[in-house]
Amino acid sequence: MSGPVQQAVLEARGLGKSFAMRRGTLDLLRGRPGAVLHAVSDVDLVVSAGETLGIVGESGCGKSTLARMLVRLHEPDAGTLRFQGQDALALTGQDRRSYHRRVQMVFQDPYGSLNPRMRVGEALAEALSVHRVVPKTEIAARIATLLDMVHLPKDAAQRYPHEFSGGQRQRIGIARALSVEPAVIIADEPVSALDVSVQAQIVNLFMELQERLGLALVFITHDLRLVRHIAHRTAVMYLGRVVEQGPAQAMFAQPVHPYTQALLGAVPLVDVQHRARTSGQGVAALRGELPSPLDPPPGCPFHPRCPMAVERCRVERPVLKPAASGWPVACHLAPV
Amino acid sequence: MRRLPTPLIAGALIMLALLVCALAPDVVAPYDPIAFDYANLLQPPSGAHWFGTDQFGRDILSRTLAASTIDLQIAAFATLGPLVIGTVIGLLVGYVGGVTDMLFGRLVDLVVTFPFLVLVIAIVAVLGPGLSNMYIAVSIVGWVFYARLLRAEVLVLRQQDFVGACRVMGYGHLRIALRHILPNAARPIIVYWMTDMALAILLGSSLGYLGLGAQPPTAEWGVLIADGKNYFTQAWWITLFPGVALVLAGLGFSLIGDGLADLLDVKR
Amino acid sequence: MSDTLLQVRDLAVTFETRRGRVQAVSGVDLSVRAGEIVGLVGESGSGKSVTLRALTRLLHANARISGQVIWRGEDVLALPENRLRAIRGREIAMIFQEPMTALNPVLSIGRQIDENLVAHGSLDQAGRRRRALELLDMVGIASAAQRLENFPHEFSGGQRQRAMIAIALAAEPRLLLADEPTTALDVTIQDQILKLLMNLSTGLGMAMVLVTHDLGVVAQSCDRVCVMYAGRVVERGSVEQVFGRPRHAYTDALLRTMPGFGPSSHTEGAARARLVPIEGQPPRLDRPILGCAFAPRCTHASAQCEVRPEMVDDGSGHEAACFAADALVAV
Repeated sequence: MSGPVQQAVLEARGLGKSFAMRRGTLDLLRGRPGAVLHAVSDVDLVVSAGETLGIVGESGCGKSTLARMLVRLHEPDAGTLRFQGQDALALTGQDRRSYHRRVQMVFQDPYGSLNPRMRVGEALAEALSVHRVVPKTEIAARIATLLDMVHLPKDAAQRYPHEFSGGQRQRIGIARALSVEPAVIIADEPVSALDVSVQAQIVNLFMELQERLGLALVFITHDLRLVRHIAHRTAVMYLGRVVEQGPAQAMFAQPVHPYTQALLGAVPLVDVQHRARTSGQGVAALRGELPSPLDPPPGCPFHPRCPMAVERCRVERPVLKPAASGWPVACHLAPV
Repeated sequence: MRRLPTPLIAGALIMLALLVCALAPDVVAPYDPIAFDYANLLQPPSGAHWFGTDQFGRDILSRTLAASTIDLQIAAFATLGPLVIGTVIGLLVGYVGGVTDMLFGRLVDLVVTFPFLVLVIAIVAVLGPGLSNMYIAVSIVGWVFYARLLRAEVLVLRQQDFVGACRVMGYGHLRIALRHILPNAARPIIVYWMTDMALAILLGSSLGYLGLGAQPPTAEWGVLIADGKNYFTQAWWITLFPGVALVLAGLGFSLIGDGLADLLDVKR
Repeated sequence: MSDTLLQVRDLAVTFETRRGRVQAVSGVDLSVRAGEIVGLVGESGSGKSVTLRALTRLLHANARISGQVIWRGEDVLALPENRLRAIRGREIAMIFQEPMTALNPVLSIGRQIDENLVAHGSLDQAGRRRRALELLDMVGIASAAQRLENFPHEFSGGQRQRAMIAIALAAEPRLLLADEPTTALDVTIQDQILKLLMNLSTGLGMAMVLVTHDLGVVAQSCDRVCVMYAGRVVERGSVEQVFGRPRHAYTDALLRTMPGFGPSSHTEGAARARLVPIEGQPPRLDRPILGCAFAPRCTHASAQCEVRPEMVDDGSGHEAACFAADALVAV
């Protein structure tokens, strides 16, 4: 059910990151403390070889910051990160470089994530030679193999990124990530900039490569339809915290946290039997706006929008703990 | 292969013509530029002297051509220092950011509040007149503009995902800065460099005119124009033709700048 | 039909660009009846947004529009500019994907609603203020009196979209053109805005044309749908018809690419199954397309697809331009 049971490849405990916001000169003079944005707080997650961990949430939930911490583009200010049992945050110099080789990333924007002045082949060759993945003489052959893996024609190596469509560029980004033979790939909204028909191509490619190479995949998205499809396990984030984490199928079939329920209810499904337009169901799944992460509500961060909130929710923040469903949920009302 | 932009071709042709004149003025020029000819003082343009002669009977065409050597030299040397220093500092400041960037910002504010020309004149006045001192003076002040331009580009690029991808790849800072950021940030400074060359000639001419740049009898367009100013009502050609040459050189550089901007524009 | 508000016939839009002529939209027929929501769905470059903008001639100067757009008996494409302006905003209003670019950042929301009320109504100042409050209330913006004084940047993304809808509704338009109104929003906010639009349409009897790339959005909120591909409408019908029994190979393929589509969508069986992508890329529009534009990517393509199929009605008002229409339904 929850994918291959294996030793964790990447394991985060209590990961947190906050950003100090810029203060205006007036605030500085008045000695007012600057605002602090708690982008991610106290996130635990584990991913094993061959497993896909989905992370879903809306804007401002911290999913991208989390992704960037996992590849050490952001340094966490709290918590631990272990790669194959080793403390990944303590790595420096050559060790840090080899961490980068094992934990790779695929970015959201197919237009911004490739150096526009480098031919595809040059970019791949650079990765291969910096990390000495293969001897110099075999670089050309390896590039051909990589392009083939992501289903791009061989002559792609001679071309510049602008000569490719969005979907093809994402393939190039995937080839680059794969070039250094990683064990984990963190994919941050890798298909959200693509048309649906192309999305499917890229999602299939991820699944195919994962099975072939035994990759651990962290797939970050705002699209529940996608994550339900691709993930073995899924974490739902709200305002920087994980509110529910469990096996994808079971969790989406019977979500426990009211936010997960609302999120599922809000997804517009292509289902001609249940149409809001004809059922006369004019009530939104969730009222209210997303609160600002700069000024999160006290207690449960979800309580202002929660249809079931009780007094306790306004004062005490629920912790993520195992519920009767069999997976952890951060809700006072979850049956234990 | 992409077609070369038309402005680039036009600019290159002008520069090529000027370069030929600058490299071999003796071959192209019909007369010795400093030879006096008292039989032909202040002659208007004619078949023998296309651009006329000055108050000493020197051939204006030959003098204008000879001056191009000095002026192109000024264009090159007065901008090379600022370009190199500005690129290094701009890249560094933009890439490193933080306190370095803040200090740089203050320094830029300081330099920019002084009028450029006044600052250069002040430095030349201290160092003494002459071309080499002018190059030094311009380099001391001029790099700021290159650095500021490059820094702004680098700041934007640093946020781009492809730079993030380099960091995730574990590439070193030097590699990221030189191989990934600089080639993508170079366009505005190269374009500015071309404009700056045109401005440098004007600056050289201004200083020459004030007597702080090239020293007589070295022919330089600014000096030639200054020479002609007293005779402007009787002998307009003394001033006009070096002026036209100056404009032409400026145009050439600007066209090349425009053309390069087109050529270096990368599709996203 | 008598209650047809808008009738579009053979609409075509070409753009003259430096690299030649781009045929963005061709041969589009469309009808909108009072009070209904028509979805215009397609992928990027399908011509859906261009079609929408052409309806009120909101296109750049390099666009050539031909065909007919009959709005209550008048051809919008032939109207003089001043008559067109009277229709735009008053009878036909428009909302956009990114409200921040459509709203004026230096005017308060109240001022912007007021401007529209002045331009298209006859209320006095007090009446306009009452109406503005009513409008904000109608689109679900709380404490309307204070919010009237706020500027667009003081609103969140969802509220901005609500404010833009309020401005559009000021003149009580009979038709609202919505260009990807929820694409930039989070899913829970998108849900709110869609429900709001649906309720407004029903409550005010206002017709709507909704352009989106999201099949789910259309399935949930529209009455009828036009599927566009490479600048043409390839299939048209009620949402139940088109999404339930697609008669065009492209619609069929597009539906199959959706994760979790199909009979097993609500069970665990669908997990980690391969999606069914459409291979290849949409055709370029800067060269003539012979035959069916979808044929090169189509698994049902045959020799007859070299000639472009005409729209065929199956007798129930469900039209498609596909030779495989009957075969698709038979499966």
